[in-house]
Amino acid sequence: MPDNGGASGPTARKITFPAGRSPPTISWLLLPPWRCPTFALYFRLFRYGFRRHATYRAAAVAGAFTNTVFGVLRAYVLIALWQARPGLAGYDVADAVTFCFLTQAFIGPMQVFGGGLELSQRVRTGDVAIDLIRPASLQLWTLAEDLGRATWLFVVRSVPPTLAGAALFGIVTPSGPLAWAAFGASVVLGVIVSFALRYLVALSACWVLDDRGVQSLSLVMTLFFSGMILPLVIFPGWLGALAQALPWAAIVQVPADVYLGKADVAAALGFQALWAAALLGAGTLATRAVRHRVVIQGG
Amino acid sequence: MIANARVYLLLVATWMRAAAQYPGSLALLTLGSFVVNALDIAAIWIIFAHTPELAGFTLPEVMFLYGTAGVSFALADMFAGNTDKIGSYIRSGAFDTMMIRPASPFLQVAADRFSPQRFGRVGQAAVVLAIALPRLGIDWSRAWMIPVMIVSGFVIFVAIWTIAGAAQFLLTDAPEVANAFTYGGGQLTQYPLSVYGGELVRAVTFIVPLAFVNWQPGLYVLDREDPLGLPYALRFASPAAALIMALLAALAWRAGLRRYRSTGS
Amino acid sequence: MIDLDGVGRTFVVRRRRPGRLRRESRAVEAVRDLSFHVSPGEFVGYLGPNGAGKSTTIKMLIGILTPTSGRIRVAGLDPSRRRTTLARNLGVVFGQRTTLWWDLPLKDSFELTRLLYKVDRERFRRRLDELCERLDLGGFIDTPVRQLSLGQRVRGDIAAALLHDPPVLVLDEPTIGLDVVSKAAVRAFLREVNAERGTTVLLTTHDLGDIERLCRRVMLIDHGRLAFDGTVDELRASVPEESSIEDVVARIYLSGGVRPPMAAGGTG
Repeated sequence: MPDNGGASGPTARKITFPAGRSPPTISWLLLPPWRCPTFALYFRLFRYGFRRHATYRAAAVAGAFTNTVFGVLRAYVLIALWQARPGLAGYDVADAVTFCFLTQAFIGPMQVFGGGLELSQRVRTGDVAIDLIRPASLQLWTLAEDLGRATWLFVVRSVPPTLAGAALFGIVTPSGPLAWAAFGASVVLGVIVSFALRYLVALSACWVLDDRGVQSLSLVMTLFFSGMILPLVIFPGWLGALAQALPWAAIVQVPADVYLGKADVAAALGFQALWAAALLGAGTLATRAVRHRVVIQGG
Repeated sequence: MIANARVYLLLVATWMRAAAQYPGSLALLTLGSFVVNALDIAAIWIIFAHTPELAGFTLPEVMFLYGTAGVSFALADMFAGNTDKIGSYIRSGAFDTMMIRPASPFLQVAADRFSPQRFGRVGQAAVVLAIALPRLGIDWSRAWMIPVMIVSGFVIFVAIWTIAGAAQFLLTDAPEVANAFTYGGGQLTQYPLSVYGGELVRAVTFIVPLAFVNWQPGLYVLDREDPLGLPYALRFASPAAALIMALLAALAWRAGLRRYRSTGS
Repeated sequence: MIDLDGVGRTFVVRRRRPGRLRRESRAVEAVRDLSFHVSPGEFVGYLGPNGAGKSTTIKMLIGILTPTSGRIRVAGLDPSRRRTTLARNLGVVFGQRTTLWWDLPLKDSFELTRLLYKVDRERFRRRLDELCERLDLGGFIDTPVRQLSLGQRVRGDIAAALLHDPPVLVLDEPTIGLDVVSKAAVRAFLREVNAERGTTVLLTTHDLGDIERLCRRVMLIDHGRLAFDGTVDELRASVPEESSIEDVVARIYLSGGVRPPMAAGGTG
């Protein structure tokens, strides 16, 4: 157990971390959350992320408007398809329309079109060196802020277009509080998976001189394999099988299927959790490599 | 007018030459642009894997509509697409820098950071159109409409982008609203308008004339009935719609610029 | 060359006060009843604290902003109506922002400037060579502007502003952030331009070293009004208790406004 300056007593106020080391999160799990200084730190970062993005009110409203317009346009296309092939892939027309508006709702929180992380910019300018010196995990730090951002965008950019879709076309809703809870968990996991992928893309700027290629590739993969363009369930043959196994499916398709009740909840959440863990793990390794390169080598 | 055209071409040529210094990066970016845009047509192919007809139109017909609108849209994006950055130019002061020079600020914005990679999008749409044309079985005496609709579509999209740019003098904080009309317009015209509801089609025929980009003239080329039963004459109205939009865009831009200079930023 | 007559500029500022929902509008007079005349060949300094109205004045001179009242003429042209024509007769340098193309090599910016301002190829060649030599640009003329140091970029900006030989040169804080050597080089060059070519120069600056070394005449603007208009010696004399020009100016700012002994203005 590293020296933690006496955090376990009820009277403890000041916590010091050994220089340069992240707080060992496993041991903190033994404490109730509100006592845990790590939790307090990350909760504050979460709130910070929320507030920082909440200042861009006009842009968020504009985004909600755009999402609604695209939702309407794409809904018509899916309706036309499902009218030609009723019951395709186990969806009916209402499911398809709901799916469409769900994907539009996910654009904001899951940052389907990329971005949302200040990190890319900081890696490019080299400011990330400052971030790496902190005695806290860069990945968890950024994740906390990103969850704050996602929460804000969920409220402002996800709910309105969905309501518009409900008013214009009528959508399906989950049955019962358990279904809603499952959906909530799925959305959070979806945000985490999307974060983990964007985090890796952002760090790639450390090795690749011009990260526009990686960003472009990430955009293509995300748009196509998350289910944004069309539900993955209608992808033919091997393409469909591949798409449903890749992590991008966890960002949009899986939460949407949980909402629609088309997926086995345990399997779906498990799939998302697995990819979240794997990608965050990769992120930790990448951070270590970046720290080595930037802080120690000064690259 | 000629002087301004020279300025635009000059700026574009300079940017292209600068981009050509990194041929590898440029090739990759162009390919990337091609692929990203190809996702839309991939979606159409996947849809047609499940049905031979969508809202009464076959795959080659949909590809034709997609291709012509796509070429118009991509060319317009290449020429005027940068106007959605006007908000950020104003905030950073770069727009003032453009106003200092004895050249049209609009053309300066349009030409700024011009990258040959923008051709990737044009190429992708052109390829789709080229694949579709031989499979259509159209009456080639009607084919004259095809270049007319592409040019009219180009003008209409440029006008929409210009109006969106002018709007940013008013709403510097929310340029994204314009995206709903520019990229939304691009999305709308990818599919036959018979897919969409009646009110929407009427709105894009008589309010924002997107129907004249590819749908109405397309009905003429493909010799199809209008599912909404609108007048036959509308099929020839694209150039008129383009002209009206161009005038509106010019007025909007002048008004926006005047407002910018009288209120500061 | 530059004529301002009763010029005023009011802005409507909409601020959301903390704790209130609606935005409140306030009319802010950035420039109030400003009048001055600059004759051809003069080198005039334009001083003022931040927010005094200097940038507003500059923007109105260029034609980027239209005045809400009064009359402006630069080189005989009304900037708000003849912006493009005036642009050909004006050279502008912003110290805090470049007028060059950020991602392009410096020589590309010069070439673009030549074509934009329709400078004859021969004249351009000669002028460019001269400027390169005087401002020592040879070493980085192929470098993209974004990779230049501040001093190099400012020298590039000045060269670009003078390539088309404008009769009027306006500089907005050109020496800000420059090291001592670069500052000296820029000042020497500006002095030559004014002396040899008779270019009328209007220099906005916070650096009183610039004023002392370069300007015969200095104008001081405070809260949108002209607080002083005269020679540097007259400025020093206006507050005899202070010895350094900096303290003189600081005194004027702090006393907030027009000071009675206002010199008749360099009519030249």
